[in-house]
Amino acid sequence: MHISSMVQAVSIAILVAFTATAKAEAPGDPKAVKQEKGKYLDAKGDPTFNVKPDGTVDWYTYSGFRRYHSECHVCHGPDGEGSTYAPALKDSMKTLNYAEYYGIVVGGKQDLGGGENKVMPALGDNKNVMCYVDDIYIYLRARSMDAIGRGRPEKHEEKPAQAAEFEQSCFAEKS
Amino acid sequence: MRKFLLMSCVGGFALLANGAAFANEELIQLSKDPKQWVMPTGDYFNQRFSKLSQINSDNVKRLVPLWTFSTGVLRGHEGGPLVIGHVMYFSTPFPNIVYALDLNHDGKILWKYEPKQDPNVIPVMCCDTVNRGVAYGDGKIFLHQADTTLVALDARTGAVVWSVKNGDPSRGETGTSAPYVVKDKVLVGISGGEFGVRGSVTAYDIKTGKRVWRGYSMGPDSDTLMDPQKTTHLGKPVGVDSGITTWKGDQWKIGGGATWGWISYDPELDLIYYGSGNPSTWNPKQRPGDNRWSMTIWARNPDTGMTKWVYQLTPHDEWDYDAINEMILVNQEMRKVLVHFDRNGFAYTIDRETGEPLVAEKYDPVVNWASKVDLDKNSPTYGRPLVVKEYSTEANGEDVNTQGICPAALGSKDQQPAAYSPETGLFYVPANHVCMDYEPFRVSYTAGQPYVGATLSMYPPKGETNMGNFTAWDAKAGKIIWQKKELFSVWSGALATAGNVVFYGTLEGYLKAVDARTGDELFKFKTPSGIIGNVSTYEHNGKQYVAVLSGVGGWAGIGLAAGLTKATEGLGAVGGYAGLANYTALGGQLTVFGLPSGL
Repeated sequence: MHISSMVQAVSIAILVAFTATAKAEAPGDPKAVKQEKGKYLDAKGDPTFNVKPDGTVDWYTYSGFRRYHSECHVCHGPDGEGSTYAPALKDSMKTLNYAEYYGIVVGGKQDLGGGENKVMPALGDNKNVMCYVDDIYIYLRARSMDAIGRGRPEKHEEKPAQAAEFEQSCFAEKS
Repeated sequence: MRKFLLMSCVGGFALLANGAAFANEELIQLSKDPKQWVMPTGDYFNQRFSKLSQINSDNVKRLVPLWTFSTGVLRGHEGGPLVIGHVMYFSTPFPNIVYALDLNHDGKILWKYEPKQDPNVIPVMCCDTVNRGVAYGDGKIFLHQADTTLVALDARTGAVVWSVKNGDPSRGETGTSAPYVVKDKVLVGISGGEFGVRGSVTAYDIKTGKRVWRGYSMGPDSDTLMDPQKTTHLGKPVGVDSGITTWKGDQWKIGGGATWGWISYDPELDLIYYGSGNPSTWNPKQRPGDNRWSMTIWARNPDTGMTKWVYQLTPHDEWDYDAINEMILVNQEMRKVLVHFDRNGFAYTIDRETGEPLVAEKYDPVVNWASKVDLDKNSPTYGRPLVVKEYSTEANGEDVNTQGICPAALGSKDQQPAAYSPETGLFYVPANHVCMDYEPFRVSYTAGQPYVGATLSMYPPKGETNMGNFTAWDAKAGKIIWQKKELFSVWSGALATAGNVVFYGTLEGYLKAVDARTGDELFKFKTPSGIIGNVSTYEHNGKQYVAVLSGVGGWAGIGLAAGLTKATEGLGAVGGYAGLANYTALGGQLTVFGLPSGL
């Protein structure tokens, strides 16, 4: 998918979500009900995690762990636990739905004043983030539900061929 | 210290004889007066030592907080206050407020300067919106803002005298370091090693703010200000365009080597010293070569910027071991040396005239990524660390998680400056005691966006519960004399005094005083928030004070959540360790200590 068209679509979605209702819809049941292109989806069609009884996580949860700890953890702390200057996303994800999450990642967020001056950058142009935006969402969603603990998931499913294809095309595209 | 002062004195007179009224002479004179604290690092030698002894190892246990001041800002407060005459000056994290407080009236605000800055600079600062303090010279206070503006304020009124922009935050260039006044110039570095900036140090005219020179960390000789014949690395000429030849293609243009640490100056040799940071990206596979001159100690002429010598401590970095930590200058019997506690876990004693390494030893026994630094001049690996393959993220490759590397990317010590006491001959080192897993992977570069390329997790060394140390070091022998464990990284600049007391702060918020000879804890007081600031001391109306900023944050701020990951990892620390969040919360406060009246 082309990133800038994604940006447009999502910005509109966010605008609608915030203006139409006082409070956006909660994320909903994370239970995986189907799989599409190697990615698990919940009943609403949003990306979600899938952890097997033996602790094996789906590829995207594992990939999200890695990408989170490259792109996000310097501010948001290890394992989504937060820092002195950015919120704990394992908690934020309990109330943010997929569209809200996506909108904030693309467009950034400012919380100025009160002595804290928190600013998250707009990451819509950053392929190191945007090519893995679902991966990071799935990982944090799993953290928010305590489906996985802190640290690196020990076992994970094979990387689906579609994930590798998407990765390649995403990085190849001009943003 | 006395010897140094004498020397500086001679140097100062020599300058005077030349007929030039240099600001550094004023600073040399002022820094001789222990009642004041005129530079962030105490003096030009960065010793952070005070001759004051009213507070000493006998009475420090009676120390009390005498007055406090809220800065109105709640993020990580690095740096520390200056005291010039009866006025105290300090800066806050973004929005970088500068306060001038009247010591004659319990810290009444004489003036306050708050710059207007675009808040979009905040997320391009890698590790919180810290500011490591203001500098003084020529009747002005110099502030290096987050958005890289260097501004000169009238020390009496706070009025802007001049202002200049040093970098471009939209490309990830930011300002966190303290400016440094040498002669008739103000020097500033630049931050942004996680954004692919090309680091530099720039000198501005102290009167006008006009740019005089800029020396880059990499690039052609005209950018790095190197002479291919006269500039040396480990005693040999660096050769033509040495800042390009160890890079693949144009990678040097986004090569990192940020210069966000401290600068020191030797008036006799007329050289400034500082270090450059990590090469960008953190993925070593993506940038083959030694990546010169990232991770390097620099000796430059302060008037021209010309480089006398360089020493690259960690060629082709694979762990984020920036070389930006302070250079402490001391004079040994036979040599003028520079002592540097590097992020890579080795403490270097270097001849500061020639750049020859004399001692390089681990100042934390858990350091494992290299067996030693090769100091055999005839060896092909002379001057280089001998990397242990097991911990080489280059050898293990992309998408492989290399485990158990010590130290972590935080380094065995970060920017928090150490202190040196000429009375004990020891260095006092605020240190981290943290290891990591490091998994590099391929990233693409976008200007102004993070350019990291590695997944990290950090934790205490195997079987241990403490993530910090406060260490006394003998730089001649290269040996630890004593080491005091701290639960968390010690992220506060140390202060040594003639009262046989050494001060430092902890992440839980304690200001601590220890015996300079034994390390025994003599005093502690818990301030409202974690301390990542540097301790200063001064005398006012015949009474000695100790001042420190509280306000947890900085890179250490992610320590609020850092710690053990899984109980099953068998790190031996389960239960003994809890997150920093259980000890402290955000704050922004100055606390000034002294002995109670009547003692």
